[in-house]
Amino acid sequence: MNGSRRILLVGVAIAVMAAFSFTAPAMMNDYFVRIITVMCINAMLVISMGLANGFTGVFSLGHMGFVAVGAYVSGVLALSDQAKASYLPDLPGWIAAIHLGYLSSTLVAALVCVVLAFLVGAPLLRLSGHFVSVATLGFLIIVNVVLVNADDYTRGARTFTGVPLQTNLPWAMGWLLLSLVILARVVYSPKGRAWRAVREDTIAAQAIGIDVLPTRLSAFVIGAFFAGAGGSLYGHYLGSFSPSSFYFAYTFSLISMLVIGGMQSLTGALIGVILVSVLSELLRNLERGFDLGFVTVPPLYGASQIALGVIFILIMIFRPSGIMGDLELSFGRIAALLHTLLHKGQKGTNT
Amino acid sequence: MNLGLYITQQVINAIALGSLYALVAIGLSMIFGILRMANFAHGDMMMVGGFGTLVLQATGIGFGWAAVGGIAIGALCGVIVERVAYRPVRGSPEVTLLLTSFAVTYILENLGILIFTSSAHNFPLPDWMDNAFQFSDGQITFTQINILTVVLTAVALAGLGWFVTRTDLGLGMRAAAEDMGAAHLVGLDVNRLIIVAFAIASGFAGLGGVLWAAQSGVVSYSMGFTPLLKAFVAAIIGGFGSIAGALLGGYLLGALEILIVAFLPAEVSPYRDAIVFALLIAFLLFRPNGLLKRAQEVKL
Amino acid sequence: MPSRPTNTPERSPAQSGAKPLLEVSDLRVSYGAVTAIHGVSLSVAAGEVVALLGANGAGKSTMLRTISGLSRPRSGRISLGGEAIHRLPPARIVRLGIAHCPEGRRVFGSLSVAENLRLGAAARAERSGMAEDRERIYAMFPILRERMTQSAGTLSGGEQQMLALGRALMARPKVLLLDEPSLGLAPLLVQQIFRTLAELKAQGVTMLLVEQNINLALALADRAYVLRTGEVSLAGSAAELQADYEKVAAAYLGARP
Repeated sequence: MNGSRRILLVGVAIAVMAAFSFTAPAMMNDYFVRIITVMCINAMLVISMGLANGFTGVFSLGHMGFVAVGAYVSGVLALSDQAKASYLPDLPGWIAAIHLGYLSSTLVAALVCVVLAFLVGAPLLRLSGHFVSVATLGFLIIVNVVLVNADDYTRGARTFTGVPLQTNLPWAMGWLLLSLVILARVVYSPKGRAWRAVREDTIAAQAIGIDVLPTRLSAFVIGAFFAGAGGSLYGHYLGSFSPSSFYFAYTFSLISMLVIGGMQSLTGALIGVILVSVLSELLRNLERGFDLGFVTVPPLYGASQIALGVIFILIMIFRPSGIMGDLELSFGRIAALLHTLLHKGQKGTNT
Repeated sequence: MNLGLYITQQVINAIALGSLYALVAIGLSMIFGILRMANFAHGDMMMVGGFGTLVLQATGIGFGWAAVGGIAIGALCGVIVERVAYRPVRGSPEVTLLLTSFAVTYILENLGILIFTSSAHNFPLPDWMDNAFQFSDGQITFTQINILTVVLTAVALAGLGWFVTRTDLGLGMRAAAEDMGAAHLVGLDVNRLIIVAFAIASGFAGLGGVLWAAQSGVVSYSMGFTPLLKAFVAAIIGGFGSIAGALLGGYLLGALEILIVAFLPAEVSPYRDAIVFALLIAFLLFRPNGLLKRAQEVKL
Repeated sequence: MPSRPTNTPERSPAQSGAKPLLEVSDLRVSYGAVTAIHGVSLSVAAGEVVALLGANGAGKSTMLRTISGLSRPRSGRISLGGEAIHRLPPARIVRLGIAHCPEGRRVFGSLSVAENLRLGAAARAERSGMAEDRERIYAMFPILRERMTQSAGTLSGGEQQMLALGRALMARPKVLLLDEPSLGLAPLLVQQIFRTLAELKAQGVTMLLVEQNINLALALADRAYVLRTGEVSLAGSAAELQADYEKVAAAYLGARP
C-alpha cells in the first residue's frame, strides 16, 4: 500500500486510540482502566526489551535494571519539597533543588538510562551467548545492590513513596504509541535489517561488513531509553515502590510476555502482554480460592505463577518462536487480508 | 586484637564459606559442561534439600538421616526437572535453554511458597551441633557446623574424584563434557550420563542447602537465590564447565567475600555483592574462560 | 600401477554369493531440505574390507554417520547380520557390534590414553577380556603403552589416530567403520596406519573404509564403491578399479568418458 494511504491509516489508528484513552475512564470500570494502563506500560517495556534481545541475538537479562533506574531517577526528581524533606532528608542539596514535571522527569530518567546503557553495553555486548546473559544479570544485581544501599538517595530497601500519581491511560498509551512508531520505523529500516542479520548469523553479518558491536549497542541503548521511560511511568503509576519491585519477579513477568508472544515480532510482544496480563489476572483471582459447588478449592498462593511458568515451558518445548513466530501483523498485511476477503467473489484481478 | 588470630579466624570463615560455594558451583559447572546450559534452577535444589530435611526431621527420624533423605530428594528433584523440562528442549539454541531454566526456577520457588508459605522456617539442629570450640580466649571460634561443612565437602569431593576417574560412568561424563558427538560415537549412553550428572549436581546442591540452613538457622523458598548467583561467579571465575575450576572458584570467592567484609572499611561491606558481580563482569570481559580453562570459545 | 601387499587373499564375496554382514539398501538421508544421500545400496561381507571413495561432499561421511546411528535416514534400510539397525540409537548400534573411528580422530583430549581405551569398551556387550584386549592394542601400538597415562590431547596426530583405532577396536566390533584415517598425517605415518589396517584385515576384521587416498584404499580393500553427490557412481572389486584408473576418476568427477 502506498505511503499516503499508510499515513492516513496510521493517523486514524492513533486518533482512535487517543479517543479511546481519553474517554475510557468514563466508559468503564476503574479496575479495567488500570489494567489497560499497566498493559500499555508493560507493552512498552516488552517491546523495548525485545529490541535489545530478540532482534540482536543476545539475551540481556539486565533490562529491568534500566527500568529501576528510570523509576528512581524520575521519582527523586518528581518528589515535592515536603516529600523530599520527610523521606529523603539526606539528599544532596543540588538534587533536592531540582523540581521536574512529569514529562521532563521521565525524559531525564530515560536519558540517564541511555548514558548508562552506553557505559554498560560497550564492554558487555562484545560477549557471546550465555556470557552476555550472565553479565547483564550481574548488571541487574549491581543496580539492585546500589539502590538498596544508597539510602540517602533511595531510602534503601524501604518503600520509596510520594511519587505523584500522574500516569493515566492517555500518557501510557501515548508513550506506547511513540515507542511503537519509533521501533517499527527502526526495525523495518535498512538499519533494522542489519540488526536482524546480526541476529541470524553473526559471523556472516560481519563478513558482509556489518559491524556487530555498534549494531547491538544501538539496539541496546534505544531499548534502555524506553525502559527508563517505562520505569518512570510505572513509578508514577504506583506512587510507591522499592528496589524489589524491579527485580527478578518483574523480569520474569516481562520475559514470559516476550517469549509467549514471540520474540521476533512487535505484534507478538503486544499479544504476549495481553495474554499474560489477562491470564495472570484471571489466575490471581482464582488463587484466593473458589467454590465449585461440589468442592471448595482452597487459596493457593503462588499457583498462578506456577501456571505461568508451566505455560512458558510448554511454549519453549513446542513453539519456541512464540505465538506469532516471525510474523508481523503490519498494516500492509491487514489491508491485504481485507482486500482479499472483500474481493473474493470478484472476477478479474489487479496485480 | 591480635592480627594473626584475626586472620586465622577469617581463614576459617573463608574455608567454610568457600566450601558451600564450591559445592553449588561444582554442580553448576557439571551441568554446563555436559549440556552447555546455564541452569538457573540449580539454586533451588538447595531449597529442596533444606525443606526435605526439615520435613523428614518432623517425622522423627533424627537429623542425620533426615539430611541424607533431604539430599536424596534434592538429587531426585534434579533428575525430574531434567527429564520433564530440559530433555524436551535439548539441542535448542542457548537462549531457549536459559529461559527454560528461568521458568523452572520460577516454578520451583513458587511451589516453595505454595507448600511452605513465603516466610522463613526455623531449621532445628540437634544439640550436638550447637557446639563451638574456642581458642585463645574466644578469639578463634570453630563451630561444629564449620567442621561439618569442611569435612562433608571434603568427603563429597573425594567421592566425586573417585567417581570421575575410576568408574565408567564418571569417565563417560568427562568424555561427554568434552565432546558429546564423540561420546555418542563410542557408544556411551548419553541420556544415562546426563541423568547421573544431574543427580550428582543436585545432590551436591542439596548438601549445600542443608549446610547453609544449618549455618543460618532458617530455610525459605528463596534461600537458593543468592548462593546460585555466587555459584555462577565462582564457576565462571574458575572456568565454566570445569569441575576443578568450580572448586577453585568457590574457595576464591569465599576468600574474597570474607576479605571484603573483614578487611575493608565498614562502608564498603554492604556493597560486597556489587563488588563480586563487578568482578564477574571483569572476568567475562578479560578472561571469559576463567582461570583454569584454555581459550576455546569464540568471543563475539 | 600401485602394488598390492602379497599376503592378502584374493576375495570377492559379492561374486561368491556370501551373505553380507552389513547391508545398506536404498538409503536416503537429508539434512533439512538438502538431500545428502539419494538412494545408496552397498554391502560388506564378513572379513571383507570395502572402500568408500569419492570427492569431498559426495556423502561418504554421511554414510558412516548414518550407519552409526548419528543421523537418521529418511528412508531405506541398514542391517547388521540381518537385523535392522537404522532406527536404533547410537549406543545400541555400538553394542550390536559397529565401531566408528571418526574423521579427525576425536579422541578425548582431557582423558588419558588408558582412559580413552577403557571408554572404547564401555558400550560393548562382553564385559570380560578387557585387560587382554588392552594388552593386544598396546602390542599393536607400542607408542600407546609408552604414553599410557598421558592425556590424549598431548599426542601427535599419528598417535591420536592409533588411539582412535585402538579405542574402536576395544569395542570388539563386528564391523569397523573408518573415516579418513590418513587425513592430516605425514606419509610415513599413513603407511604405518595402513600396515596396521592390513594386519587387522589378516586377522579377519571387517572394515568399511572411507578414504581420500585412493591408492592406499584400493590396495587394502577387496571391493570399492565410488560415491558422487550422494549416489553410487561406480562399484566393483578393488582389482577392477585399480586396473581402470580413468574410470575411477570419471566416476569421482562425473565427467562423461
